[in-house]
Amino acid sequence: MTFLPVLLWSDVLIWLLVFAAAVLGALSARNPPLRSAWRRVGRSRPGMVAATVLAAFVLVGLLDSLHYRPRLESREGDQQAVYAIEVLSVLDAVATPLRTRNEKTYSSPLATRAYAKEAIEVRAADGSLRQTRDFPRLKYGGRHLENEARRDADIARQVLVAELLATLVFAGLAVGCAALWARRNGCSVHQAGRALWRGETDFAWRAVLATLGVLLLLLLPVAALCVDYHVFGTDKVGQDVFYQILKSVRTALVIGLVTTLVMLPLAVLLGILAGYFRGWVDDLIQYLYTTLSSIPGVLLIAAAVLMMQVIIDTHPQWFATAAERADLRLLALCCILGVTSWTGLCRLLRGETLKLRELEYIQAAQAFGVADLRIILRHILPNLMHIVVIALVMDFSSLVLAEAVLSYVGIGVDPTMISFGTMINNARMELAREPLVWWSLAAAFVFMFALVLAANLLADAVRDAFDPRLAGSS
Amino acid sequence: MLAYILRRLLYAIPILIGVNLITFALFFVVNTPDDMARMQLGVKRVTPEAIEKWKAERGYDKPLFINAGAPGVGVLTDTVLFTKSARMFVGDFGRAEDGRDIAREITSRMGPSLAIALPTFILGLFVTVSLALLLAFFRASPLDFWGVVLCVAMMSISGLFYIIGGQYLISKLWRLVPISGYSGELDAWKFLILPVLIGVISGIGSSVRWYRTIFLEEIGKDYVRTARAKGLSEVIVMFRHVLRNAMIPILTGVVVVIPLLFMGSLLTESFFGIPGLGSYTIDAISAQDFAVVRAMVFIGSVLYIVGLILTDISYTFVDPRIRFE
Amino acid sequence: MILSVHGLRMGFASGFANTRKVLVAVDAIDFTVRAGETLALLGESGCGKSATALSLLRLLPPTGRILGGEVNFSGSELLQLPETEMRAVRGGGMAMIFQEPATSLNPVLTVGRQIGEVLERHLALSGEAVRRRALELLDAVGIADAPRRLNEFPFQLSGGMKQRVMIAVALAGKPKLLIADEPTTALDVTIQAQILDLLRRLQAEHGMGMLLITHDLGVVAQMAHRVGVMYAGEIVEEAPRDIFFASPRHPYTQKLFAALPDLTRRGGRLETIAGQVPALSAMPSGCRFAERCPYAWPRCRDEAPAWYDAGSGQRVRCHLLAEPGRAVALAPDLAAAALARPAADVALLAVQDLRVHFPIRRGVLQRTVGHVKAVDGVSLELMRGRTLALVGESGCGKTTVGKAILQLIKPTGGKAQLEGRELSVLSRRELRPLRRRMQMIFQDPFASLNPRLAVGEIIGEGMSALGVEAQHAQRSAAIAALLQQVGLAPTSVDRYPHEFSGGQRQRIAIARALAVQPELIVCDEPTSALDVSVQAQILNLLKALQDDLGLAYLFITHNFAVVEYLAHEVAVMYLGRIVERGTVDEVLRSPRHPYTQALLSAVPNPRLDEQPEFIRLAGEMPSPANPPAGCHFHPRCPQATDVCRSAYPPTSRISATHVLRCHLYSEAE
Repeated sequence: MTFLPVLLWSDVLIWLLVFAAAVLGALSARNPPLRSAWRRVGRSRPGMVAATVLAAFVLVGLLDSLHYRPRLESREGDQQAVYAIEVLSVLDAVATPLRTRNEKTYSSPLATRAYAKEAIEVRAADGSLRQTRDFPRLKYGGRHLENEARRDADIARQVLVAELLATLVFAGLAVGCAALWARRNGCSVHQAGRALWRGETDFAWRAVLATLGVLLLLLLPVAALCVDYHVFGTDKVGQDVFYQILKSVRTALVIGLVTTLVMLPLAVLLGILAGYFRGWVDDLIQYLYTTLSSIPGVLLIAAAVLMMQVIIDTHPQWFATAAERADLRLLALCCILGVTSWTGLCRLLRGETLKLRELEYIQAAQAFGVADLRIILRHILPNLMHIVVIALVMDFSSLVLAEAVLSYVGIGVDPTMISFGTMINNARMELAREPLVWWSLAAAFVFMFALVLAANLLADAVRDAFDPRLAGSS
Repeated sequence: MLAYILRRLLYAIPILIGVNLITFALFFVVNTPDDMARMQLGVKRVTPEAIEKWKAERGYDKPLFINAGAPGVGVLTDTVLFTKSARMFVGDFGRAEDGRDIAREITSRMGPSLAIALPTFILGLFVTVSLALLLAFFRASPLDFWGVVLCVAMMSISGLFYIIGGQYLISKLWRLVPISGYSGELDAWKFLILPVLIGVISGIGSSVRWYRTIFLEEIGKDYVRTARAKGLSEVIVMFRHVLRNAMIPILTGVVVVIPLLFMGSLLTESFFGIPGLGSYTIDAISAQDFAVVRAMVFIGSVLYIVGLILTDISYTFVDPRIRFE
Repeated sequence: MILSVHGLRMGFASGFANTRKVLVAVDAIDFTVRAGETLALLGESGCGKSATALSLLRLLPPTGRILGGEVNFSGSELLQLPETEMRAVRGGGMAMIFQEPATSLNPVLTVGRQIGEVLERHLALSGEAVRRRALELLDAVGIADAPRRLNEFPFQLSGGMKQRVMIAVALAGKPKLLIADEPTTALDVTIQAQILDLLRRLQAEHGMGMLLITHDLGVVAQMAHRVGVMYAGEIVEEAPRDIFFASPRHPYTQKLFAALPDLTRRGGRLETIAGQVPALSAMPSGCRFAERCPYAWPRCRDEAPAWYDAGSGQRVRCHLLAEPGRAVALAPDLAAAALARPAADVALLAVQDLRVHFPIRRGVLQRTVGHVKAVDGVSLELMRGRTLALVGESGCGKTTVGKAILQLIKPTGGKAQLEGRELSVLSRRELRPLRRRMQMIFQDPFASLNPRLAVGEIIGEGMSALGVEAQHAQRSAAIAALLQQVGLAPTSVDRYPHEFSGGQRQRIAIARALAVQPELIVCDEPTSALDVSVQAQILNLLKALQDDLGLAYLFITHNFAVVEYLAHEVAVMYLGRIVERGTVDEVLRSPRHPYTQALLSAVPNPRLDEQPEFIRLAGEMPSPANPPAGCHFHPRCPQATDVCRSAYPPTSRISATHVLRCHLYSEAE
């Protein structure tokens, strides 16, 4: 084997989430009320634009969640395969040029020369070496250019080719989509195309296609250029900013999704128990969540993270690789965030269960002597699902934002783990430099904004579709 | 009503005890004082003597729960639980790593925190409620639509960027006010104006959207239809009928945070170099000063519970149903 | 002529942005209202009568659109008025009373303020003048102790008082036209009688025109001068009251009358209207009633009928008036034959001194300071195959009795025996076999079916819980048979509740109860949420099931018409106790207890000739948390004496079956 698969804990949870989403999808398809709610989501144009953008992020995150350790070039005669200590992901493999071509220090986007002057030796015309201070050529950025002056032309050419390709791919996608739609509705491709163009389809295909088109037009040139240039520049230690952005996506997704996975069972179980059984069970659970929510979130997180750090630092023997340590710290952060954020949902579910248990269909079930557990599973849980779904999507964006702040404060992810928070934290110091180093921050800003905005828009669409009060009106 | 408030006050006691126990468990049971000492001293040059010395300096060398060796009530009082946790109820928070008294430090730092947080809170509430009222008034119009779009966009921006952007634009590019710093004198305003402004703006997105939803919910109710059927103008309907009723859910979210204003904001204070409790906390976190973090957690919880009680009291002002119970 | 409406059309926008369209809810209706006259708009739910009223005031919900027509109100064309002038009309020229007094008043403003703002707006009063006028208004609407009430908030008032305040608000602007949208639907009969009385009196005093919107023929009979019947967004018949009640001409109106249950129809089947009101999105192009009309012929489906004048102010939208020959061909489908009542020997259900008390917690430590005595010593017996109606106003504890018998609420004391087996001492496990024998049907067909389960699962739930028809194939067959029994297609098993109408949902609920083959069914107001025509279907079904299966019903209701039609015996409850009990004939024909008498006299009768003298009851039912000393009813009783104030009356027996608790009769004995 040329590599050794590595299953980090967060990978397990991520793929578990993918599996859970698939199960939820299958369940929703079988249950008409849920199916019609999802169909309403599909009809919402902003929702589908957001979903398409999110899908792109999720794709990057999933690629980054297949980890392995590459086999080291073994010297002759070595029988035992030796694997690198470094844990890589499929994304790292795809982005090898980005990952490995590190410059010495800062360079601005698409630059061919470094950002700071350096003493370099120049061989003068007479053959003597002379010391001058100048901006040195970058080791990798624009290395293929023989003449630096042709950089702009080269970039323009590459962008043009990429845009052409993007247009072609988009056209293919559009035609494919139309053909699919035509086959399903039994009409001609031409008619289908027109329906798509006018947005007359029930599912918001036009929004999805348009978003895909824009994404292709924006990202293909970036992809084309990033091989020869540092599209978003490099940071202090010369690492490509675009690579950092790609790596940050997974961190954000893990924080946003795994946290809810942690808090969900707790919130649902306790919320339903408190609301259904009332009495002392209710008193106890209410006391529990009031107490926990009394501690201001940031401080509780700070305290818990500090304690976790102590554990990690005093037990270095637990972790085989640095990646594992960082990963465990990430998971612990998710758990801590989960423990501090389940109270809101729990309170909501308790209130709703209190209302539900007075409904007549629950009493009808009680009149048949149906067991409590069965009543909870058949009658209460399914009727709380919409609240759970709404809470999940609403929490995602706030968790992504929280990660950045926590990492900045120093109680977020491991400093060696690339995330939006650590990127901003590192870049903040550079703001004081003159002239300004802006690209790291700008790139983090743009991508984080896109991710959170998409999540917020999707959350709105999901809420509108699942909230029975709103769903009735449209 | 008195019984109602008294009952809320009594209910706070078990919660405070719970919070105290949770913080104790977090700081002394999850990790033993030995672990903390090892961490603080650096894993490499740690010796049993160094650990003992470190613990003794901080009073962590006592038993956690029961000191069987101590005389009299000392069995219970001469323990870590009592000296480090229970004594927080009387305002004794012990000393920080630098040897200073935490309680005194906290009282001296409350002022600067409040100087930023209070104006931010008041101005922010005024601005967001007004904007939300405006959007609700012009509901279903293009103004409302684009207003909501703007809100969603604004709430998708991390708070960090508001601060970084604001500092860069106003202080660095336009050089209107100093980039950071603080003064206890009259000229403090020039240090305060930027953080307050940024605090207000960064809160607009989510608050306006939330208040707008509350207003719209109230507007859909039957009594609003009655008010319109009386021939009242839309402005009167909004201010006399809708706003009054919407105050009840708005207060729930707003009054709770008033006592927490004392705690300041972690981000703002550290970015702007304000010597308040927020930056105190941040410094303690990065210096891993457990005593300070523990004190802040406890104070934060106490203030939150005070906020809950204030919320309950504020209901009696806006909701006659509670006032006359 | 204060108001004349011509060709008014309105609709509701529906669907998403890309498929938005307007569904017409009110289609080209005409009517007029004169000063001092009441026009009643009668119709079942969803026929567009409330939408019409709101269109007049231009107060439609956000999705509502006025599509055309003219509304002429004392000389001005309302649909053309600018919004500012329209505001002067609202509250000033035209005032409105809504259905739900509980939600229609602003909870955080005092009564005085809510009346006062109308006075300030329309009469330009201010200061002391506002207060004086508000006091006068409260007096006028019959609120005692007006100066105190002026400073109170709506939550401190009872339901009837809130509606009185609403009326005071409406009167404050001295309107020429009062629109009352189901003003008494949310109220109990005795309060309804008070409010209707008040409205009639005020109208006469002020010479206002009134547009009364209602679904209740009884209210129409009492209040209206003229009647317009609405069906599916159109007015289909309009007539002066006397002619309307004497000779309704539209088949829909005739069917409405025939569907009303009462004693004269006992034993027979009620007339029903097949099918349901067409959906807004699928309005037929011809006559909108054609699908459900027994007389319909092809012309009805092709051509929408125009108005036909039937003389003396009556006009009807029906082709039958053009081709009157077709009407006689059809005999009413009233199955005759009074049912043979099964012999009753053993008491299936025996309840003795049943009590359900809920603790009231107060104070700092939430100590129990008293009890809400929801049910306080109820005794009754029910024979196999018989129906006992438990009648009373809301809050009297009748539903709690039903639930306590089924052990859904743990009784505080007393006995409930099913064929001699005491229920309240049994554990959940021991109770389970008995649950097969007693079941319940609930009030709200929308809340009683789990929206996430298919109909088959809903009906099968009891079977699997109680182990009926354990085999899968047998159970499916049983479910299909049940659906057929309650009049639904067996293919409904895979469909979900939201696909059914209210009446159909109630059938599903009945099938669910029947699935475990019970002997006793507690019916908790099973028809109160349904329209008259659908109510008739459900009552017929219940009756047929009783005849076929020998079921015993404990029928909880506030509707005397239903009692007359369905019940064998009646028990009247007041504040947690049964005050009078006997056979239907005894209680309804010769009621003895002053409360029963008042209750019966307060029911608005849908016939013009039979309305008895209304016995006015003062006030409303007190809270069961602190019932009055002595006879609970004495504060409202017109015949109360000193002994009533001091002691709860003992049981007096009028006949073998007729029992009551009233001092008037204990002395006579």
